[in-house]
Amino acid sequence: MIDPFRQPSQGRDTALAVENVTVSIGRVAIVRDVSFHAHAGQVLAIIGPSGSGKTTLMKAISGDIAHDGRIFLNGADLRGLGPEPLADMRGVLPQSSQIAFPLTVAEVIGLGVPGHVATRNARAARISDALEKVGLGGFEGRSWPDLSGGEQQRVQLARVLCQVWEPVPEGASPRWLFLDEPVSSLDIKHQYQIMALAADYAARGGGVVAVMHDLNLTAAFADTVLVMKQGRRLAFGAGEEIFRPELLSRAYDFPLRLVPGAAGDRPVIVPSAGASFS
Amino acid sequence: MDTATSRRQEPSVRIPKVLRAPDGNRETLARSVICLLTLVTLLAALASLAIGPIAIPVLKLLPQMATQLVSPGDALPQDVSMRDWIVVKDIRLPRVILGLLVGAALAVSGAVMQGLFRNPLADPGIIGVSAGAGLGASMFIVLGGGVLAPVASLLGIYAVPLAAFGGGLVTTLLLYRIGTRGGVTSVATLLLAGIALGALSGAVTGVLVYVADDQQLRDLQFWGLGSLAGSNWEKVASAAPIIGTMLVLVPFLARGLNGLTLGEAAAGHIGIRVQRLKSISILLVAAATGAAVAVSGGIGFVGIVVPHLLRLTIGPDHRYLLPAAALLGGVMLIAADTLSRTIVAPAEMPIGIVTAFAGAPFFLWILLRKRGLTGL
Repeated sequence: MIDPFRQPSQGRDTALAVENVTVSIGRVAIVRDVSFHAHAGQVLAIIGPSGSGKTTLMKAISGDIAHDGRIFLNGADLRGLGPEPLADMRGVLPQSSQIAFPLTVAEVIGLGVPGHVATRNARAARISDALEKVGLGGFEGRSWPDLSGGEQQRVQLARVLCQVWEPVPEGASPRWLFLDEPVSSLDIKHQYQIMALAADYAARGGGVVAVMHDLNLTAAFADTVLVMKQGRRLAFGAGEEIFRPELLSRAYDFPLRLVPGAAGDRPVIVPSAGASFS
Repeated sequence: MDTATSRRQEPSVRIPKVLRAPDGNRETLARSVICLLTLVTLLAALASLAIGPIAIPVLKLLPQMATQLVSPGDALPQDVSMRDWIVVKDIRLPRVILGLLVGAALAVSGAVMQGLFRNPLADPGIIGVSAGAGLGASMFIVLGGGVLAPVASLLGIYAVPLAAFGGGLVTTLLLYRIGTRGGVTSVATLLLAGIALGALSGAVTGVLVYVADDQQLRDLQFWGLGSLAGSNWEKVASAAPIIGTMLVLVPFLARGLNGLTLGEAAAGHIGIRVQRLKSISILLVAAATGAAVAVSGGIGFVGIVVPHLLRLTIGPDHRYLLPAAALLGGVMLIAADTLSRTIVAPAEMPIGIVTAFAGAPFFLWILLRKRGLTGL
């Protein structure tokens, strides 16, 4: 298994570097001594059973909660970055979101459009483009409370996309998408559509870090995988190194096996024959 | 496929079709509403100057008002009666200005609190902030001649507004502490804590009644229901700087409050300094509510009815909601005040009775309609 810290640092100013991070809530350590690197141009998936600290880790790298250890985004210590410069470097899709007042879809997404997009037409154009990308073209005038859960999740993603629109702004470091279970309330078509969107963002030079529950989607789209268990890093490496039955079975305490996928190289994960469901 | 879905589905029920731009952008609508409200405010102010126990031809007095601004000593022209002029200058004009200021302060405070707590039911009157401000003011009224005399003489006409500000601030901070855990504000906790703090403030104010003399008792009673009676230029001078400062500063909160509709974490993600936003909002709300309560007592429901009506019309965008609330709050308050001083003329009904008659059923209506959204 690769360990990024034993290797020569590969372009620190285009990476998310998490070094010995511990996050405690009250006196309980939810995330313990976790280290990993994510590189722009790749999709990194964080997987693991419920309660393994995935979302807490995500909150730490998003700058929401205090952490011990060090987190560097594009070479800058997260602690030294205020909300404004951070907002220019990364967008965060939260796991669940409630909006307090009945905004229209265009108003919700408009909150993500940075202030330097000054003209009303430019803002409207970006909002429409983002809606097209998430498959909700023409939804600008809809009222947020009237949308289904899946539509709301995609509108939020469009808002986040608007915030970090160009994956690599001219003459600057790459931008990042931090996605906490981005497809949890979507049907299978939109799950693949949204993951393809994230992969495309990475292919254009941006960085993507996504907390994932669905192992098959992870196998299909992740370049690198971090496996969490009980707040610790269980494994970290390229997809093909992680997707081994014994490792995944150990991660989830549940016997799993891999079936060759239709495309050949991406496997499908299913419970082992004879697995006990009790 | 998705466009087909959108065509099939009924249009939104929450945003009336006529008020909804197809691109989801209500900015043009909001600007028009603000222009209209400015005009309505001017007309309402003129009407309120004209209406009363004696009807006054206000339009004839307008040139005189302008002249007086330039050279106050000039004699009155032949066609203006001295009586009309004095009634307008010394009684009705300060009352209208105070009404506009207090209405703006209450409505904008309501809108800011609702944005801050992310809930359409937050209002300084309902969650006990006004009661806290009233307690602060009452303490100065009763004890200002006694134990607090040195402070009172130092602060002059600002003593009572500042005391009200202090009471409002302490209450708001307590509420925020009690109602918020882990960055999430529980509305049920907030409302219940507000009721408790309001009752406590009321109880302490009640104790003050026993040590108050007759004049102080009359002043204290005035807090109960709220009134603009007794408005004079001194009250305008004590409230205007505080409320004016708040009205000037509050537009700078608009972008932050808009971001806050997404939740505190997500607001931080889009680059908003949430802690700073919360501190400034609480300070401004406490200051403006304090100033308003100090000159007019506890006038209820303006802070909840006005922002809610506006959200239904122009949407929740605070860049437009806050100025529109200032205007509509002022209009509603002088309308209610005009009603309160004519309906039982020559006596006067406290304005709080009028606003409660209109506002309480409205509040219940929101509560029933929004039960799902408020999480109660």
